[in-house]
Amino acid sequence: MSEPVITARGLTKRYGEAVVVDTLDFDILKGETFGLLGPNGAGKTTTILMMLGLTEVSGGAVVVAGYDPVRQPLEVKRRVGYLPDLVGFYDHMTAVENLAYTARLMGLGHDVREVRIVDALARVRLTDVAHNRVATFSRGMRQRLGLAELIVKRAEIAILDEPTSGLDPQSTHEFLDMIGELKREGVTILITSHLLDQVQRLCDRVALFRSGKILVMGTVGELARQVLGAGFVVDVEAAAAPGKELAARLGAIAGVLNVQQTAEATYRLTADHDVRAEAARAVVAADGALTRLSVDNPSLDAIYTRFFEKQAATEGEIRDAA
Amino acid sequence: MRREGSPWQGLGTVLLKELTDHFDSARMVLLALLMVLAAAVPFYSAVEQLRTTTSEDPFLLLKLFNPGQTLSVMQILAFVLPVMAIGLGFDAVNGEHNRRTLSRILAQPIYRDALLAGKFLAAITVLAINLICLWLLVVGFGVYFLGVPPSGDEFTRSLVFLAVAIAYAGVWLGLAMLLSVLFRSPATAALLALGVWLFMTLLWPLIAPFIAQRIAPPDIRYLLLGLQDPQTFAWEQALTRISPDVLFQEAARTVLTPTTQSLGPLLDQIRQLRGEVIGAALPLRESLLIAWPQAVGLIAGAIVLFVATYVAFQRQEVRA
Repeated sequence: MSEPVITARGLTKRYGEAVVVDTLDFDILKGETFGLLGPNGAGKTTTILMMLGLTEVSGGAVVVAGYDPVRQPLEVKRRVGYLPDLVGFYDHMTAVENLAYTARLMGLGHDVREVRIVDALARVRLTDVAHNRVATFSRGMRQRLGLAELIVKRAEIAILDEPTSGLDPQSTHEFLDMIGELKREGVTILITSHLLDQVQRLCDRVALFRSGKILVMGTVGELARQVLGAGFVVDVEAAAAPGKELAARLGAIAGVLNVQQTAEATYRLTADHDVRAEAARAVVAADGALTRLSVDNPSLDAIYTRFFEKQAATEGEIRDAA
Repeated sequence: MRREGSPWQGLGTVLLKELTDHFDSARMVLLALLMVLAAAVPFYSAVEQLRTTTSEDPFLLLKLFNPGQTLSVMQILAFVLPVMAIGLGFDAVNGEHNRRTLSRILAQPIYRDALLAGKFLAAITVLAINLICLWLLVVGFGVYFLGVPPSGDEFTRSLVFLAVAIAYAGVWLGLAMLLSVLFRSPATAALLALGVWLFMTLLWPLIAPFIAQRIAPPDIRYLLLGLQDPQTFAWEQALTRISPDVLFQEAARTVLTPTTQSLGPLLDQIRQLRGEVIGAALPLRESLLIAWPQAVGLIAGAIVLFVATYVAFQRQEVRA
């Protein structure tokens, strides 16, 4: 068990009467990739800004890399890299100049700076355009340049705010790969997003966040069990021999909670573990012709949608009861 | 609760970057051209005028800045400096917001202090460099055209004038930067700053006498004699001095024209009573004493505006 690098206890942000972030408690462990997921306006960015000491904390406390961002923001910001959503650069300067400026602000010496910038630009595949003005860069290139800044900084903790919003699928894919590289190097990553399937690939743990509160937190599998009741969806496409009822046989497999016949010869099983082997055996036992068998990992998308549906339903009930 | 770490961390970096930006920008070239061209015309006419009176005047160099009757370099500066300062400051902070660079820069290990102070100092440096160039041009061409070397006294006075001009520019820069913090749109900030400037320069000197007459209605006896009530006049003067333009002109005139005795009628009367000669040149020290309150007023104005900017910026939310 590694030690936590970000610890929030009762973290609260109020603007006048409005509570934007409501008594958050969470720990992010060293080397972990943590996803903070929630609709727009849930308070994700505000939480991040409090961690960086860029906005005042109204209540509670947060400790980042062993420092208090309220009193020691410079120490925190020396160790944490932040990629804001829709990151901006000075358009009239080249990629290298932009990085050199922030590197100087980081307090890096001339030699270190040069080496790190060249290295970082190579890693985000911007070497060819290193001396072009940023004005000519596409959205995806800017985003990668932002990542290069974190690489130059050698950040222990990388905070990425909606890093893939507005990117085309190709750029998104590339970008997520680069984040994966950072992760392999042992950088602790905090990523916020509302694009769930992308984040799912990367995150060790996720927290669903709404109206300033963390509603559930855990690994995707845990959340699936908690929210969906089961984690695995197995699709079976099989033509049953005449007279043999396949759905019933599939439903009899241990661990299968639900069987749905979605089309003429396709069945969708919901189970608490991977039941492909048993399903195949059941089809063969029924003299069926198995044409396709696949398992979906629990989808964060499904968890998310279901969770907020449930949430709305309970809120509705409470209102009705009252 | 005290924060740790130096507020100056990163100041030099920001300063250098902003300077580079200013010198690279087309805006800067335009403003510098405006300043030189605007000063060239009155300079030329001053030289023409002076060539005819060379033998009599002991303060030739100063006359180049302020020949007295016609439009002078000093008056042009009173006009061009605010435009330059506003031009350099109106998008200082909201520009960073709109380019979405602010949160990225502030995520680096620096305080906001460094960013704001760096921007202010860079703009002041640019203005100072422009002014020094202008000063060198005027002095250099003056010596070349007139062939009379300036005295040490004149030299010092013109340098003091330079310092006063920088303070004056600082006031408008402070105003422009304050507005750039308060308004997210650079266009709004620029328009408002120019509006304040026009009001202070053109309208306020016209409005101030009316207000003065309201506060201290002139005594009928003075009016019958065709004189101005000293009390009304004192109010009028105090009110007009709210305008940085008036302060600058008064201070600059005092420093550049050694024969200026005082900036109020009362002091003149006292001096006359004490038997001093009106119209004689004052020593440098005396001129500086007379211009001192105005100069301090300008510096204080610049500082107050900068502090207001600082407070507003510290309280501002970073997110767009």
